[in-house]
Amino acid sequence: MMRHTISVLVENKFGVLSRISGLFSGRGYNIESLSVNRTTDESVSIMTIVTMGDDRVVEQIIKQLRKLVNVIRVRNVSEMDHIEREMILVKVHATQRTRPDVFNIVSTFRGKTVDITNESVVIELTGANDKILAFLNVMEPYGIIEVVRTGAIAIGRGSKMTSEMK
Amino acid sequence: MMTGAQILIESLKREGVDLIFGYPGGVLLGVYDTLYDSDITHILPRHEQGGIHAAEGYARATGKVGVCFGTSGPGATNLVTGIANAHMDSIPMVVFTGQVATSLIGGDAFQEADIIGITRPIVKHSYMLTNVEETASVIKEAFHIARTGRPGPVVIDLPKDIMAAKAKFEWPEKVNLTGYNPTVKGHLGQIKKMLRLLESAKKPVIYMGGGVVLSEANEELVKFSEITGVPVVSSFLGLGGFPGTHENFVGWLGMHGNYASNMAVSDPDFILAIGTRFSDRSTGRLDGFAPNAKIAHIDVDPASISKNVQIEVPIVGDCKAVLKQALGEIDKFNWDKNASARKEWREQIKAWDREHPFDYDRTADIIKPQYVVETIYKVTEGDAIITTEVGQNQMWAGQFYKFKRPHQFISSGGLGTMGYGFPAAIGAKLGCPDKEVFDIAGDGSFMMNMQEICTAVQNKVAVKVAILNNRYLGMIRQWQNMFFNDRFSHCDLNCQPDFVKLAEAFGAVGMRIDRKEDVEAAIRESLKVKDKPVIMDFTVDRNENVFPMIPAGASVSEMLLMQK
Ligand SMILES: Cc1cc2nc3c(=O)[nH]c(=O)nc-3n(C[C@H](O)[C@H](O)[C@H](O)COP(=O)(O)OP(=O)(O)OC[C@H]3O[C@@H](n4cnc5c(N)ncnc54)[C@H](O)[C@@H]3O)c2cc1C
Ligand SMILES: Cc1ncc(C[n+]2csc(CCOP(=O)(O)OP(=O)(O)O)c2C)c(N)n1
Ligand SMILES: [Mg+2]
Repeated sequence: MMRHTISVLVENKFGVLSRISGLFSGRGYNIESLSVNRTTDESVSIMTIVTMGDDRVVEQIIKQLRKLVNVIRVRNVSEMDHIEREMILVKVHATQRTRPDVFNIVSTFRGKTVDITNESVVIELTGANDKILAFLNVMEPYGIIEVVRTGAIAIGRGSKMTSEMK
Repeated sequence: MMTGAQILIESLKREGVDLIFGYPGGVLLGVYDTLYDSDITHILPRHEQGGIHAAEGYARATGKVGVCFGTSGPGATNLVTGIANAHMDSIPMVVFTGQVATSLIGGDAFQEADIIGITRPIVKHSYMLTNVEETASVIKEAFHIARTGRPGPVVIDLPKDIMAAKAKFEWPEKVNLTGYNPTVKGHLGQIKKMLRLLESAKKPVIYMGGGVVLSEANEELVKFSEITGVPVVSSFLGLGGFPGTHENFVGWLGMHGNYASNMAVSDPDFILAIGTRFSDRSTGRLDGFAPNAKIAHIDVDPASISKNVQIEVPIVGDCKAVLKQALGEIDKFNWDKNASARKEWREQIKAWDREHPFDYDRTADIIKPQYVVETIYKVTEGDAIITTEVGQNQMWAGQFYKFKRPHQFISSGGLGTMGYGFPAAIGAKLGCPDKEVFDIAGDGSFMMNMQEICTAVQNKVAVKVAILNNRYLGMIRQWQNMFFNDRFSHCDLNCQPDFVKLAEAFGAVGMRIDRKEDVEAAIRESLKVKDKPVIMDFTVDRNENVFPMIPAGASVSEMLLMQK
């Protein structure tokens, strides 16, 4: 089982999101994260879907996505040179005593502290999946109260549009 | 300016629609008022499910797109089984559903149902009209999507206010869909690669399916098989795609297919699969399916390729187009390369078939269901369109009728919908009035849509229904007999109507046949009736089972054969 990041360019039409999420649930594929947003072209949206599966499953996922009439392009960006990011907001226990340590870690990970109370801090962090996981791991002993994640977004490197890349 | 309803009807005419099956209701009254002035034939079924299966039967018999209407709410939900059926068997359909006015959507209005949401996993595509101006272009797109590529059902939801609103009628010149562009021609390099592998194979077999019927690639396939000398095995839904009487035809594979076909796919060295989706009913357990063969697969849907079975040579494209391309290259290869090995292989297959052909006890005094099908085959000279219900009747229809052309065999394969065959027969007969149309039926299935006798009587549709009446949910009884120690849980249909009186009550012809010697005469008699349906109730052996059988999840080596 490998983690795959799939970039899907879709027509911005009624019901597209449900067609895609329904395809995953109906066929028993898993979705680790899904993010959708407009592109510079109002009529087109881009989705980044992170899924787990062996090669055969991922091949089927991509073929099934391509079958949908409103889907314009599908790219398995994991197979190309790409940049992937997600953002998290984490609320962690931090008292006067532990705060310096927490700040230290946050700065090592190039995160930002965006809120502080007597018992807690909220940290904003952006990065690829492994960096986020590493950070959460290090934060664990301090007591994580809550994590909110955007899910991954991805873009191909170089001057071509991701959807045009081979 | 025209109303949405007028644009709808005009668009259907532009698409060449001459027959609609539909059932009116509140939100569709505007559309029905427009239809009142139109010259498109509209058939009123007695249940929306009957209407949609009839539209599918029409589509399968003619190769055209089937069209049906249902009102919002219950009308639309009654269509769901029919939509799923067409989706599973890749049949082109455009299904129109009424919807409450756009201002009421989401408010739990009277007869509101989110039919787009309900049908999402069982459509090729769907639309909800939100603007009267898009009516014509959506309809054109829908027909294009339904009939091209891998065909399937498209649903168009018609809110009441959109059908009443006005716009100028503009019929688009062409369809412009950025995300939809099915591949028709195959990649020539891949086709040559397939031919090279086929050329050097010693035990090759062609495994063809529903895609050959859908693309009408029968002539090309016959030529291809004759030139290369490769035997042809069909799936259940491929029947008719290759002539059943051709010497290269082996039969059909799978759970209830013939011994020779199943043996032929269990150890070939090369398989050319054409327009088939390797369904579990046809392959059996996958590790027993051709473990030593290289497989090439021609299919218009890339997602069908390597879905269940790993494919060495994928060829995406339409069966007919790709076979034409292959025929263009065929002279460049030497088809006598392994002549003696190939001859031995063909003889082996013939020997398998002689050993265990489809068979039954022909000496029995009682009517054997297979005998009824065989007699229908004989009396109709193999030319009738055959629809089936689901269960044993369906399997015997496939086993004992030999089909010669595409669109001749109409059966619910993927969904296995009881109650499908009779309305489908009505649709097929309306599409092909010059052909005899028989629904080979089970007593259980027939009762699921028998209200359509009324539709057939009203419209003088002379279909024949041959009920193989075993007073059982026979297929269920068979499984309980074979796998559940004869614990016959709820499969007994001993309480049933008098089908002769029932037919007569509807104004149809009813016949009961309980002696073997009357079977042929009754079938001949039925052919004389030209203006109404004939319901024939054949009292058959209650305990007959379908053989051969490869139990679900088993492989070919575990095939159960008839006890002689
Ligand atoms: C009680 C019961 C028992 C059954 N037993 C058996 C059995 O023993 N054996 C058996 O085979 N089936 C059996 N079936 C039927 C089975 O469930 C499937 O419906 C059937 O096997 C599917 O056949 P198929 O894959 O050839 O056709 P389809 O399901 O019609 O698939 C068609 C394939 O062709 C492709 N295609 C469509 N159009 C084109 C085109 N123009 N060009 C190229 N490709 C195209 C499609 O993409 C698809 O891959 C049984 C069904 C029932 C209800
Ligand atoms: C709508 C529906 N419900 C249930 C089934 C499950 N099922 C498959 S075959 C069968 C029995 C069919 O009985 P009958 O029509 O009498 O045919 P026979 O097998 O006796 O020929 C049943 C219940 C089904 N295929 N479709
Ligand atoms: Mg029965």
